Amino acid sequence: MPLIFLIVGLVTEHLGANPAEMIIHETGQWALRLLMLTLSITPLVQITGWSILTVRYNLRRLLGLYAFFYASLHLLSYLLLEQNFAWQEIMDDILTHPALDIGWLAFILMIPLAMTSYPQLAHQLSRRRWQQLHQLIYLISISAIIHFGWLAQAKVDVREPLIYAAILLMLLLLRYPPVIRRLAHKNVTFSKE
Amino acid sequence: IDFPHLKPSAFSTGEQSTPFAKITAYANFYEFGTDKSDPQRYAQTLTTRPWSVQVVGEVEKPGVIDMEEILRKFTLEERIYRLRCVEGWSMVIPWVGLPLSELIKRFQPTSKAKYVQFSSLLDPKQMPGQEDRFLNWPYTEGLRIDEAMHPLTILSVGLYGRVLPHENGAPLRLVVPWKYGFKSIKSIVKMRFMEQEPLTSWIEAEPRAYGFYANVNPTVPHPRWSQKKERRIGEFFKRNTLMFNGYAEQVSSLYTDMDLRKYY
Repeated sequence: MPLIFLIVGLVTEHLGANPAEMIIHETGQWALRLLMLTLSITPLVQITGWSILTVRYNLRRLLGLYAFFYASLHLLSYLLLEQNFAWQEIMDDILTHPALDIGWLAFILMIPLAMTSYPQLAHQLSRRRWQQLHQLIYLISISAIIHFGWLAQAKVDVREPLIYAAILLMLLLLRYPPVIRRLAHKNVTFSKE
Repeated sequence: IDFPHLKPSAFSTGEQSTPFAKITAYANFYEFGTDKSDPQRYAQTLTTRPWSVQVVGEVEKPGVIDMEEILRKFTLEERIYRLRCVEGWSMVIPWVGLPLSELIKRFQPTSKAKYVQFSSLLDPKQMPGQEDRFLNWPYTEGLRIDEAMHPLTILSVGLYGRVLPHENGAPLRLVVPWKYGFKSIKSIVKMRFMEQEPLTSWIEAEPRAYGFYANVNPTVPHPRWSQKKERRIGEFFKRNTLMFNGYAEQVSSLYTDMDLRKYY
């Protein structure tokens, strides 16, 4: 949906004075928002007992793949609109600006997660290995927020990245066993993960 | 049209001007918020009359000059200049203004006047962004005296032949076209002539990223991004940034024998 807004906005000139910048910022923000939503599904199911969300609709997988999709658009828009695919300068950027590198790191770590979201590839891994691999989402989320905060620092205004950091902290707290034991719905058992 | 009889200038560029609507809708003016669209939304609370500029420090004749006097006593010109923001975007703006040197001469700087510091209005009631302490308000900037006296340096009172919109720094702002936009301080209320290099808001906020000179220079990167290219507002892809924003012929002599990597 956000993509449709961006495309319609672009065609009808509703993306402000700097549409290229708007596209880069919005795709990045949506990748981050979808990452947070992906992380919120497990605690949501544990607290409400609505296991249908994960068992029947596999909402977590869907949101995770959308996050990867927007992260890809974000990277692609940087490569095209910021750098016009000038590989020499992209390399220069990688070598000199760690704020960009941490964004690259987050994206690269998302690739194996997206790939093993497809049953054919997931079956190559044991359930335990798959879970271990998908723990990477924590590192990805932290990297993505640092990437955002580091670049937003240009405006000396880091309130937005701090909000994301607070949300992430809350989502992590909801995974802390003593917390989740208190909040969990009585029908939820933990062995299933 | 507020200024019908403007003197044209040989310093004006022939490049296509950025549309008025985009110049006013996309601006950094943190006194009204850090989003580019905030100034247009919130700057209408600014009261621009009465307005005066206080001139203090190393001058023979310190004093106060009223805005009406500035408009009456100086010949206003149209100066169509490129503006390059440190963030990597640029515009072409038809300013209305007067050479800063003309105003400075009236106050007769002494031989000790090596620098001039500018301050913006400090009034959180009118400028709600000043409630947030990202920068040490009031916003301050500075120039070396030869930069201030350079014929390219102007005080602007308008654009597109109209009175300067609030969101672009009304009623009086600096324009130094070969430097990054943040040097061109808005809503000026004070000028102080000094012997020492003045501190500026951005140096205070992040000295590694923002220096006193802030000359547009594609070879010196910002710590977090390259400065080689810029996006001209209205264009989709980036273009190469020019040394001194394309004004090298006029200003490079100000910086001979200076290491521009050190004095960024």
